[in-house]
Amino acid sequence: MHDSGTIPESAGRAEAPGGVDGEGVEPRTSAAAAHTTGLVRGFVRRLLLSEYFVLWLMIIYFLALLPFLPSLSNPANLANILSNVWPLLAVAVGQTFVLTIAGIDLSQGAVVGLTSVVLGMLVATQASPEILSNASIWGSILTEEGGLFNGLAFAVPAAIAVMLAVGAVVGLFNGVAVAYFRMPAFMVTLVSLIVFSAFALWITQSENISDFPPGLVSLGKSPIVSVFLGAAAESRVLRRELYPIVTYPMLISLALAISAHFLLSRTTFGRHVFAIGLNRKAAEISGVPAARVIVLVFVISGFCAAVGSLLYSTRLETGMPSLGQGAFLLDVIGATVIGGISLFGGKAKIVWTFLGVLFFALLSNTLNLMNLSSFHIDMMKGAVILSAALLDATRRRIMAREG
Amino acid sequence: MTLAEPPLLALHGVGKSFFGVPALADVTLEIGAGSVLGLVGENGAGKSTLMNIIGGVLRPDTGQMELAGEAYAPLGPGDATRAGVAFIHQELNLFGNLTIAENIFVGDFPRRAFGFVDRPAMRRRSRDLLDRLDIKVSPDTLIEELAPGERQLVEIAKALHGDARLIIFDEPTTSLTARETDRLFEIIERLRAEGRTLVYISHILTDVMRLADTIAVLRDGRLVTDGPQRDFDIPKLIRSMIGRELKQLFPPRSALPQAAPVLEVEGLSQPGIVKDVGFSLRRGEILGLFGLMGSGRTELARILFGLDEASSGSITIAGRRRGATRGLRPERSIRDGLAFVTENRREEGLMMEASIADNVALVSLEAYARTPLRIVDRTALGGAVRDATATMRVKAANFDRQPVKSLSGGNQQKVVLAKWLLNRPTVFILDEPTRGVDVGAKYEIYTITDHLAAEGNGVLFISSELDELIAMCDRILVMSRGEIWGEFDRKPFVREAIMHAAFRDNRPLDSAADPAPGSAP
Repeated sequence: MHDSGTIPESAGRAEAPGGVDGEGVEPRTSAAAAHTTGLVRGFVRRLLLSEYFVLWLMIIYFLALLPFLPSLSNPANLANILSNVWPLLAVAVGQTFVLTIAGIDLSQGAVVGLTSVVLGMLVATQASPEILSNASIWGSILTEEGGLFNGLAFAVPAAIAVMLAVGAVVGLFNGVAVAYFRMPAFMVTLVSLIVFSAFALWITQSENISDFPPGLVSLGKSPIVSVFLGAAAESRVLRRELYPIVTYPMLISLALAISAHFLLSRTTFGRHVFAIGLNRKAAEISGVPAARVIVLVFVISGFCAAVGSLLYSTRLETGMPSLGQGAFLLDVIGATVIGGISLFGGKAKIVWTFLGVLFFALLSNTLNLMNLSSFHIDMMKGAVILSAALLDATRRRIMAREG
Repeated sequence: MTLAEPPLLALHGVGKSFFGVPALADVTLEIGAGSVLGLVGENGAGKSTLMNIIGGVLRPDTGQMELAGEAYAPLGPGDATRAGVAFIHQELNLFGNLTIAENIFVGDFPRRAFGFVDRPAMRRRSRDLLDRLDIKVSPDTLIEELAPGERQLVEIAKALHGDARLIIFDEPTTSLTARETDRLFEIIERLRAEGRTLVYISHILTDVMRLADTIAVLRDGRLVTDGPQRDFDIPKLIRSMIGRELKQLFPPRSALPQAAPVLEVEGLSQPGIVKDVGFSLRRGEILGLFGLMGSGRTELARILFGLDEASSGSITIAGRRRGATRGLRPERSIRDGLAFVTENRREEGLMMEASIADNVALVSLEAYARTPLRIVDRTALGGAVRDATATMRVKAANFDRQPVKSLSGGNQQKVVLAKWLLNRPTVFILDEPTRGVDVGAKYEIYTITDHLAAEGNGVLFISSELDELIAMCDRILVMSRGEIWGEFDRKPFVREAIMHAAFRDNRPLDSAADPAPGSAP
């Protein structure tokens, strides 16, 4: 009836440093003079407990920085922030499913790199032997005449299908290892991360594959709807005064996110995903086909990482084996967790993921505008994720206390 | 003890609400120094909330507390510990992977130079504490290697280490054998003789009558009555707890079993687990399954439900026969019409963090899903969930938002039953369905069980409480070491014969799962 005795670790947490316990809510002071502070505190608490906490945080952050970084609100900058949201959103949506079953997918970065190479080696219109002749795929899949599918009628859609399938297969491998062989997700996906990154680097000998066909380039770049914010009398509109709002990456990523939202919140599959994250044993006894659901969750994660890779690769017009390396996982997991997805499973909404990604893109953008070096940017991002985790812990403590 | 002494702990108008529903209202109570207070009440009466407030886990919305004459408002469990209040929980809060000594010192490891832990000092002190409690095990033993009763004693040792003035016991005997219970009672007497103050919470009213100096009864979050133990007897306690006269402990059976079998088991064997188990369960029948702990009752239930495998044998449900040897999954059992209320709600029955509605819906999702995408029809499902929870009379403020962990044990069990009921099964396997449930809720669960049988379902009722089996069942099977060792018909049941079958191997009496016959008055 109370949650204090569920697991030993909760006792550890409760007994841990005595000082931390008191910070959430101060003991009530008696005087009526405390009325206004009470109101403020009530407001802060409501804000903290709000499901859309990140949204409020984001608005506050934006408004607080605006006086110091006036270029922040430039339409060009806003369009730039949005363009950074879409690929990351696609990947983070996949991660959301895995986190909901209380798992983690560390292999998404490797999937992004590997599928980027797969796309490049299939669609390249030409390839330079000086750069790529050492690659393991040179002469078989990739030649001076370009990639394997170059010149075919449906080269681009076929290549996209193959890259998405590769992402799904990596997910399938992870899922089977976790669900049927009962290996920890952390281990399995860490191994996938190492192996598939190395594989992507090996087949290209670390070289990028450029020369994408024009159709694919326009998928990443060309806007569908742009906004012009100049004088109406202007007869000629300069390209740099056009701000792309609706783009293909936006449509693809939003379509993915909306489908994921429906899948997670409206279907039996989604309910099963939550049930496994909340209590796998109880879920299995209640007839949830846990192993099948877990496999599918990892397949979704791999697939989403491949979609993200498609958006990144077409924007860069390159098949890059090193895409998705380094701090990329920090971005994906950080954004998801900031959005409010619990690392302990059973608590997730795609809307939260979207808000988390939006906040992360805003954060990266502001750090760039401050002219910080990439080292400083990563350090700052780490600090922000830490404070988000701290805020989350505080929220949970308040909620536990309020009941 | 004498009531003339000043109270160690005094509560003034203490209250607490969850989700706007008061769990505790205006409790004013004094606990005399050096005395044992027996605290009783139905599940959900507010006992745990009250104790969590005293133990610093929760903070009261209203009221004040005084400990030994000084204002006492703990901000957390750490504060309470420092003030000398120890709380021994229903589910023990020990670390299984640490030793006894490490658990006792977990809050304040003794240090030597450079911050190294002073292990010899830890061991010496632990040894002392264990000796005082007559525990004959090394302080270096891992907790997971101890029996439940010994773990409890380690909790007490930990409380003594903190030099607790007030020790709260919350249902301490639920997982203890008779011998362990006796030892615990001796220790409680000794702690009182040392001048410590104790609060003893239990559903077992005979124990409360035996141990307590004063008794307080909670009902619906309010203190109904309190006074010296001599003013109470068990009928009066029950009256105060449920607020009415409970004339019967068990409802009468409302219908006779039909002839047609709904579950037939043949030659079920799995080496070391079950041996050549065969029986048949008829429509409308409540078939009891009795046995000592470790006799294979739960293991048999798990095999029937497809959670574990058997090496040979077959199971026929409503005429559909299947081998029990491999490839059986709960999904299949559920489709065939089985329902399984496990003995462990917390670990296997419920998603504690999820809402009541989500828990009730879980089994039946497929039935309310529309193709092609298996989208759940939330309106239809929501209505069905409300019906099922209403049938089970689950008491809660908000079915869609309130997590089941906020419910009392009895209401949690009703949520589990509602979950299965929604799927309209034909065979119910109930494994210890009344464990950890108070008198009033027990009666409701018996009524529901009778109802299920009267509607033509088969019920396999597994229990360690022979009284409830004798009262509710049409037949009783006795299991011993994985075999069916006796079958008894209601004509009427002979208690001694059933016990005899269960003890065929003359094991000492204290390994009986629940030998206290007066547990439910």
